[in-house]
Amino acid sequence: MSFTYIDAIQQAQLDLLRERKEVFLYGQDIGNFGGAFKATKGFIEEFPDRVLDAPISEDAMAGMAIGAAISGMRPIVEMQFADFSSIAFNQIVNQAGTHFYRTGIPVPITMRMPCGGTPGSGPFHSQMVETLYAHYPGIVVVTPATVADAYHLLKASVLLDDPVVFCEHKFLYRWLKSKSLDYDGLPLGAARITRPGKHATVVTYSAMVHEAVRAANRLAEEGWEIEVVDLRSVKPLDMDTVIASVARTGRLLALGEAFPWGGVTAEVVSRVVAEGFHLLDAPPMRLNAKDTPIPYHPDLWAVHRPTPESIVQKLRELLNL
Amino acid sequence: MSLLKSTSNELPTKQIDGELVRRTLRVMILARTLESKLSSLYKGGKIVGGVYLGTGQEAFSASLGCTLDQEKDIFAPLIRDQAGRTGFGEEIIDATRTYLGSAKGPMKGRDGNIHRGRPDQRMPAMISHLGAAVSLVAGMLVARRMQGKLDGVVGATCVGDGATSTGSFHEGLNMAAVEKLPLVVLVADNQFAYSTPRERQFACDSLVKRAAGYGVAGHEVDGTNLEACLATIQSAVRAAREGGGPQLVVGSLLRLCGHGEHDDGSYVPSDLKESELGSDCLEIGISQVVARGLASEEEIKQWQMESAEEVQNAVAISQKEVGPDPYQEDWQAVSERGMS
Repeated sequence: MSFTYIDAIQQAQLDLLRERKEVFLYGQDIGNFGGAFKATKGFIEEFPDRVLDAPISEDAMAGMAIGAAISGMRPIVEMQFADFSSIAFNQIVNQAGTHFYRTGIPVPITMRMPCGGTPGSGPFHSQMVETLYAHYPGIVVVTPATVADAYHLLKASVLLDDPVVFCEHKFLYRWLKSKSLDYDGLPLGAARITRPGKHATVVTYSAMVHEAVRAANRLAEEGWEIEVVDLRSVKPLDMDTVIASVARTGRLLALGEAFPWGGVTAEVVSRVVAEGFHLLDAPPMRLNAKDTPIPYHPDLWAVHRPTPESIVQKLRELLNL
Repeated sequence: MSLLKSTSNELPTKQIDGELVRRTLRVMILARTLESKLSSLYKGGKIVGGVYLGTGQEAFSASLGCTLDQEKDIFAPLIRDQAGRTGFGEEIIDATRTYLGSAKGPMKGRDGNIHRGRPDQRMPAMISHLGAAVSLVAGMLVARRMQGKLDGVVGATCVGDGATSTGSFHEGLNMAAVEKLPLVVLVADNQFAYSTPRERQFACDSLVKRAAGYGVAGHEVDGTNLEACLATIQSAVRAAREGGGPQLVVGSLLRLCGHGEHDDGSYVPSDLKESELGSDCLEIGISQVVARGLASEEEIKQWQMESAEEVQNAVAISQKEVGPDPYQEDWQAVSERGMS
């Protein structure tokens, strides 16, 4: 038995539907078709009343989910692609994100966001959205990098009483496999040391965890021991784990697949500088995607985002400072 | 689905329960009295932020609030629905506390003026983004359907003509139609969205025609006519309750105030103010109630005095209450600790 990342997402949803009658799924093409990525395949037969096809109306999908959530349900909304959540932005940040603070009533919705690039997907089916939603108060933003985390963090997200933007990386869907869904029991909100090291820390999340590990493996051949921290959720941001890692290594590279202006990597660097300046032996660095729309051509796409090569190059700079 | 048109001169107004007409008029008087006071407080510098009134829209709004079942229905009011809120059972002091920033208000100073509600009592707190409540109320109905509690429940929300131009309104009403939900959407076609006249807002001659496009029942009514509003809205709410799916009710009227009290509404042409659209629904409502013998002029004067007293009390209490303490405020936007 082996599970892919998308299998884990499918299994988490199925288990939630079976365990909690207040869970339901809403999204485009998720019924008989089973979803654009087959994350809900076969569900409608077992749960005809709790798997609903939505019109192409992302605003209404989010609004409906919020209304249901304040009425005792725990909806999971599948945005077919995270990019289209721009249409639902208002409902997510202004309706869901403000609700608990304004009224004292929490909004337990989970917005599943298939995000990140795959070759050939182009500018509108590849975007990372975690920065947008993390910027607004009242929203938890989860970014799993492993098969087991995809399963356990999705379950935790749905059981959380607050709105969650669940960023699942499409590049990992079928490529990433695991023999089981067993995991180390880390709760939502805790980062993980994916690979221990002592010469530099790479703080990253989602698909970039795997690129960082590849880069670390190459540098290991030269004797460098690179620590890779997987944030797992960007909001909350587990600064304790990050600072402890930087305290061990003295060097920080914040790595992300999002656009370079602002964002998670900028937040990590600014917090480390503010909270742990004395721990740094070199100026902290950032590596992000390029500041252009995400290109269609696989050769352009492959270098638009950080690659093991560009990460190695950045780490060499960092280690030589 | 058919386009159910009703106009004031065809109405079987005698069939409307006299007690409901009386109650709706009392609600309109109370709302108008409160809003006049809020305007004075604003002009006297006692209210921080804006004051947004529903003057001229009370009959349309109150008819919905008074028709809905306070025990089980859902009502998501918008900016000009003081009368509907009062009709649905919102206490006057919720309004004065929110406007005056009392920590005891339903929003505890975290939001103000019309951005208030009690979602746990089936009255969502509006956000400023127009049309956003249509899908929200639809979701509250979907939840009840899944929980087996939808029987006999109606969800309702109000918008103005301007909100019908938003994507959110379109998406929400279309989705509710697909789900065949018992949703009533009132459109107060009050001729202006802030200062923009309806001919710069949409190009169809009547918004009720859009109902056919959504596959929902459409109703139109003279929004200045209390008995007509009650008859039309009652029939729309009944149709929704009995399984007729979403109902779109368009009321034609004129906003008899600015967008907010900071706005003198000088862009409203005088011939429009003097037209029938510019009639004051409160005066019409009083004359209808008196003509039907449902209340005497003396009794109505008594209601006005009681309203003034109730408003005065609520204002006095709210003004004495302290505002939120920024140093004791729980600055938490999520309910679960450690998640921000």
